[in-house]
Parts: sequence; structure tokens; C-alpha cells
Amino acid sequence: MKSKTLSEKIIGSHTATGEVSAGEVVIVKVDYTFSHDAAGPLLINQIQKLNAGSLGDSKDWTIFFIDHAVPSPTKELSNDQATVRTFSMNNGLILSDAGNGICHQVMAEDYTSPGDLVVGTDSHTCTSGGLGAFATGMGATDIAVAMKLRKTWLRVPESIKISVDGKLTRGVFAKDLILKTLSILGTDGAAYKSIEFQGEAIENLDVYGRLTLTNMAVEAGAKTGIIASDKKTLQYLREFDRAEDFREIKADDGATYESEISIDANELEPQIALPSSPDNVKPISEVTEVKVNEVFIGSCTNTRIEDMRTVAQIFKDRQKTKGLKLIVTPSSSKVYLRCVKEGILETLLAAGALVTPAGCGVCFGALGGIPADNDVIFSSSNRNFPGRTGNPKAQTYLGSPATAAATAITGQITDPRDFL
Amino acid sequence: MTGRAWKFKDNISTDEISPGRFMSLRSNLPELAKHTLEDARSDFPSNVRPGDFVVGGRNFGMGSSREQAPLVIKMLGVRAVLASSFARIFYRNAINIGLPAIVVDTASIGDSDELVLDLARGKVQNLTTNQELVFPKMSKTMEAILNEGGLLAYVEKYGDLLLA
Repeated sequence: MKSKTLSEKIIGSHTATGEVSAGEVVIVKVDYTFSHDAAGPLLINQIQKLNAGSLGDSKDWTIFFIDHAVPSPTKELSNDQATVRTFSMNNGLILSDAGNGICHQVMAEDYTSPGDLVVGTDSHTCTSGGLGAFATGMGATDIAVAMKLRKTWLRVPESIKISVDGKLTRGVFAKDLILKTLSILGTDGAAYKSIEFQGEAIENLDVYGRLTLTNMAVEAGAKTGIIASDKKTLQYLREFDRAEDFREIKADDGATYESEISIDANELEPQIALPSSPDNVKPISEVTEVKVNEVFIGSCTNTRIEDMRTVAQIFKDRQKTKGLKLIVTPSSSKVYLRCVKEGILETLLAAGALVTPAGCGVCFGALGGIPADNDVIFSSSNRNFPGRTGNPKAQTYLGSPATAAATAITGQITDPRDFL
Repeated sequence: MTGRAWKFKDNISTDEISPGRFMSLRSNLPELAKHTLEDARSDFPSNVRPGDFVVGGRNFGMGSSREQAPLVIKMLGVRAVLASSFARIFYRNAINIGLPAIVVDTASIGDSDELVLDLARGKVQNLTTNQELVFPKMSKTMEAILNEGGLLAYVEKYGDLLLA
């Protein structure tokens, strides 16, 4: 049998024949489907129009999240959320209600297992790839069909191998590594492909950081980002009482990659994406004297507990700069609770942060933290496209949560290594 | 039937096609459609006419999976979106709702050029420049879904999801 990439292996195991190669178009069984309040009402409308299939056996593998606009800022969104809540409860589907967390974070905490095939109505569904799953985002109609038939169709993607040798140094994080990767690939450099991250630096990275890498694979246009499961994955699943969900899955030696990119982690410094594209990246040493008046630490890209610990370390006995808006959004209620128990919340509040409930928040401009005209935002999120944060007259820079915290203290883009 | 080209730059994101700040309008598509692409071209939503074409460059529709992005373009009566390349999810969403998304080199198309699309023969005629642009057939599955008018109708036809 031909050597397989991770994507070929997982997709193959979800087909009738059990084996596929890049380029084939196949029907696959899905392990989880999910939607949320931003796409759910449209998806429910499509499900109700579709006679084929049934929701009868979907109770254990279909999840509706209310995470995009929480707590709801308008009566229209409250009505949308009521539609999602009622539909999921009436059909006995899993409901992850407002405050429980961002869909991708909760998927990684409670549901996705190595080797799974996951589809959801959100482009960052690929986050789950950090656990060794094949996970990809689609629109409401595709997921409506997947929820009723427990299957979807896919073209098996070619894979791009990102080999990362060495070790990330103090103050340099997974977010910096993915921004560096995006600067090489560009916003369509991996279009329709799978990005497979390998190498010593990836093996040494905890799942928290791996989820940050795979989360932003879509920013290079990729169908998914994916990382082999290993003892770090087992350790992560154990933290969420899911050790039994572990299985080892990795690419075969000799698998075929369309291309390979090598990055030396030892040489990497903090990276910044300048307005207005996540591939418009420079190392922090080349970004000087950029004044910032809003800092957002949040989104599905990070704000897992390890990020929060790093941020708290930077804010310990320090304050945000006067007049700067600092908004922190933990990625789930589980993360939030740990922030409370570990004293992180206290540190954040003492630093002057506005801490919001877990949700998508400031990232995409639907509620909260919408910038004023000419505001300059520094965000730990994934996108800085024009108008993304709710005001086309504002500009957004992207970087790691650590860089965001250091920036909040000084009021201009600042190297976090000065504070760690 | 001719339509006018509305030319857009490379890398138009779904945040520009249907921004998140209008999320409250997502269950009210006619209202949401009034903001289609307004951040990229403020004259577009009020002046586009049924039968017109949205003409992108590279990587049209990058970013989020919001299906409202192709839906509001379709709702304004746009005949098809032409682009040199599409972001994956936007392309799939467009076909799934029956909006033709055509991969063709758009460099020679100018803003306001008069275009005629012949989907069956894989040709776009530019009446303004007197050029004929030829585009390759889309994949068999995509073509079959588009021919039924979208994914729901395609699935209903067979009572199942089958490959074309």
C-alpha cells in the first residue's frame, strides 16, 4: 500500500473503500458536525427544507454552539439564538450555550479525538487538527446535509509539509510560528490543500500551541491544518478526562507532499501581522513606534490556559497604559474557571483589563470592543482584514497574547521578551 | 442577455462582502443585501442591476464560512461571480446555493465592461473589448450540483448525497 499523509489516512478511514489518495473526490462519514449562532438559523432553515435523511441518530455527534455574539447585543441576535436553542433542544442535539466557550475551543476540550473527521459551519473548524483530526469548515447548506445524512463529500487534498526544527525560544510562541508560516505561504498559498506541521519544535509544542497553528491554516487558504497525535496529545486529553479517546495517528514515512517548507524555530523572533492581512508579517524588530489604543487578548486562536498564564506573568504588578482599552476574553468557561482558581483573573483586573465571558467577542466586529474611527488595535486573534473588527476606519495588528500584553503596558507594539 | 462588470481587487474577504457588524441582519437577507461589498465599493449595493457580474481577482471570498456572503450577492440579482481564483469555502457555498462561480482569468476585464456568459459552452464574451474568454469545466460534482440549482435540490433528486 502506498505511503499516506495524515489527511489521506484519516479521510481514507472514513470512506467505504478505506483507502484514498490526494486528488480523489470521495464521500466520507463524519464523526462530528457543528454549527453556531452566526450560521445556525440559516442552517436550520435548510435542514427544514431537506426531506432526505433524518436527525434521528445525530444526538451524540451534532452540536450547536451559542458563542458568536454573547451575551446577545440586539433583539435580532437574541431571536437567532432562541431559534438555535429551541431547535437543538427539540431535536435532542447537544447545546453548548452562551458563556460555555468558543466552538473550536470546546470541540478540542470535550469532543474531537485523534483520527476523527469533523465538519462545522465555521472556517476555523480546522483548529481541531491540532489533536490529529481531519477538520474543515463549510457553509450552512453543506453542514445541513452533513447533519441529516452523517456524510459529506470532499476532494482529498494534497499536503504541504511545514518542518519546524529547533525549539521556540523564551517569549516566542505558536502564534509567532504560524504568522511566520503565513508570511511564506500568503493568503492563498495553501488553497484547497492540507498543511501538515512536523518536526522537533512541533513535537515539543503542547496541544495548546498546536491548536493555535492549525487554527490559522485557513488564513493560508488551506482546507485544514493537521498535526500527528503523540504523548503530548494523550497528556492533553487526560487533562480533560478523555484519556480513553487517545489513539496514535501519524503520516507514513515516505508519504508524498506537494511541497515542503523548513523553518528554524531557534531563529524565530516575535512576529507581527500589519494591517490589513494576516500574511503582511514582519518580525517585531522591524516594527517600531506603532502606538496602539486598544488591545484584545482573545479568540479561537488562543487564550487557552497556557496563554492566560503567560499573559498574567507579564501583567503581574503592572498596569495597562492609561487611556488604552484592554479587553480579555478567555476561550471557554473551563479556561475562565482556571483563571479564577489560579489568581489570573485577579492579576488581569488589577492590570485594568475588561474581562468578558467566553465567546468570539471582539474578533469579528459583531459586539463589544468595536473600535472608534482611527483606532489602532493590537489583537491576538486571526484576521485583520478591512472592517473585520466592526469599523472599517480602524486598523488592526496581530500578534501573540504575550506581545499583546506587553503592548497594553507600554501603549505601543512591544517585544514581550522585555517583560518575561 | 448582457450584464455590466463590477471589478474588484485581489483578496476580497467575506468581511468585505458581508461584514460581521451586520450580523443582526443575517436573518433578514433583503436588508443584509443592502450592505453587500459596501466596504470595498460603496457604490455597489445601490447601483448593481440584475444580470450584472461581480468580477474579482485572485482568492475572491477568502476568510469566513458565512454562506450569507454568496447569498447576498445572489439576492441582488448578480448573474455570476468571475474570478481568477476563489477561496475554497466561498466557492463551495456559491455553488451550493446555485450562484455560478466561474474561474477565469479576469485581468482583461475592465470595470463596467459589458459581458455575456455562456455557462454551457464555457465562454464569457466581453462586448466592450470584443474579447472571448474561455474557462475550463468545473468539477463533475460541482457542475451537477449547480445544474440542479444547488445542493439541497441535488440531494433531494437522489434522496441521498451521491458523487456525480
